[in-house]
Amino acid sequence: MGLRKFVDKIKPTFSEGGKLSFLHSTFGGFETFLYAPNIVTKRGAHIRDCNDIKRVMITVVVALIPALLFGMYNIGRLAGFTDTSCAGIFDAFLYGLIEMLPMIVVSYGTGLAIEFIFAERRKHEVYEGFLVSGLLIPLVMPIGVPLWMVAVATAFAVIIGKEVFGGTGMNVFNPALLARAFAFFAYTPQMSGEKVWFESGAIHNFLGLTPNAAEAATTSGATALANLGDFGALLPEGAQTVTNCAALDAFFGFIPGSIGETSTLAILIGAAILLFTGVASWRIMLSVFAGGLAMGYVFQATGVTDYEAYYHLIVGGFAFGAVFMATDPVTAAQTNAGKWIYGLMIGVLAVLIRVINPAYPEGMMLSILFMNAMAPLIDYFVVERNIARRKKLIKNVK
Amino acid sequence: MKLSKNFTNPLAANNPVIVQILGICSALAVTVKLEPAFVMGISVTFVCAFSNLLMSLLRNSVPSRIRIIVQLVVIATLVIVVDQVLRAFMYDVSKQLSVYVGLIITNCIVMGRVEAFALGNKPWASFVDGIANGLGYTIILVMVAFFRELFGSGSLFGQTIIPESWYIANGGFYSNTGLMLFPPMALIIVGCIIWIHRTINKDLQEK
Repeated sequence: MGLRKFVDKIKPTFSEGGKLSFLHSTFGGFETFLYAPNIVTKRGAHIRDCNDIKRVMITVVVALIPALLFGMYNIGRLAGFTDTSCAGIFDAFLYGLIEMLPMIVVSYGTGLAIEFIFAERRKHEVYEGFLVSGLLIPLVMPIGVPLWMVAVATAFAVIIGKEVFGGTGMNVFNPALLARAFAFFAYTPQMSGEKVWFESGAIHNFLGLTPNAAEAATTSGATALANLGDFGALLPEGAQTVTNCAALDAFFGFIPGSIGETSTLAILIGAAILLFTGVASWRIMLSVFAGGLAMGYVFQATGVTDYEAYYHLIVGGFAFGAVFMATDPVTAAQTNAGKWIYGLMIGVLAVLIRVINPAYPEGMMLSILFMNAMAPLIDYFVVERNIARRKKLIKNVK
Repeated sequence: MKLSKNFTNPLAANNPVIVQILGICSALAVTVKLEPAFVMGISVTFVCAFSNLLMSLLRNSVPSRIRIIVQLVVIATLVIVVDQVLRAFMYDVSKQLSVYVGLIITNCIVMGRVEAFALGNKPWASFVDGIANGLGYTIILVMVAFFRELFGSGSLFGQTIIPESWYIANGGFYSNTGLMLFPPMALIIVGCIIWIHRTINKDLQEK
């Protein structure tokens, strides 16, 4: 193969002593991207398994694709391409693709550049951890957020959230969620509220398309703006449109919201892929939904809010967070019992914040980050309890 | 130790904030804007220098059993002087600093230098040490406040730096990073300064 030969030919330049040896990790990163590494482990016991970091990460990316595709279509739909004919759907999708693509490029570009620099400085190979984060970040951003904000948020998440702690696998908080949290607190007006959607018309002109004018006016007009774009745009409390949008629409995703979060159906397809391949923990997913539903029922039963409990699961970022964020193997609890507690607490806290605290509409982001910080503590107590239990067993046998 | 070394050491190599991690609370609280941060730094420098000087003069006549109470009296007196001067001549800044001027008394740097240095050294050396530590604190405060004011409010010393036309509200692309106004960001900036400082000074790195 020509490419293999080419890679082998330029390899000495990047190896120790070569002219470009300072780019060693970068070269390694691209080489393993193209070909499976041919390094043989020479000593010690080792387990052979086809599931390395790269494959796990790619599985998550594949699982994200339904949400990504629907998100693109939804951008176009919200921009006024509401024609449901085949061509109309394609137009909406194309519009969304053009809106979405720069965000993905910026997110991957910024994040990977930082990862490569740190890998070179620390002289280790480039890990694949950012493959997922780089796609998750645009998906949790509202539509039309300025690109430089995506870049700053990504840089913050990768440097402060990950590299400071030692890189891939060492982070305390989920990097993608941290990027969103940063953007949420740093650029609140652009992340939620009325400035989220600014329709420039540039893409329309570029495509030479005319959207359904009346629809565009309603979706980009002032009344809809307040309800558009944020993770928590459709809040159980205080949101005017929630009654207008039927549960089915929310389930299929025909609602405003951050790009990847709207369609619970697309997210569930992703969840099925993750569970089928065993990449994500079913315990966490199930317990997050159970916790959210239970808390929703408690609030409904006690009359704090009149929204149906199941509404919490299909609006806002609840499903997206439960499937793709809470299950991050690095930041979640590691023990099985710990996973149940961790998941339940995420669900409970998310609904609690949504209903009780109107200042932070999207509880899912905050509850997952909070439980990320608590996860090691949960594991600690689970392990301690297990030790105590087994010690007791020994005592009884004696 | 030589006097010049006495002066330069606390500025960088043994900085009270980023090496000894003292006085962090006020570094987070008063660094939203450059002006209060600068005034706060100078106030601490003043208190630190004169408390060092006075305690050094008194060091042989104060029984070690009651030294802490004497130190507190000296420091508290100086803090009240600073507070009154600020109220008289810089009322706006004094308002912004609010309780944090009074809280200089609890600033670990002041008490720490008195305990660690002034009680065992001559007055002039102690005075220099107090000034140097105060300045070391000021440098970090000003650095943190520089980033926080520039990116959080788009100004420096109250002067607008970022052109108005850049802002999204005026049809531009820019927006202030609101997170800079929150204390957590000050902590992260201090962390970044420590990170860079340690990367440069290899002898500070733990093995």
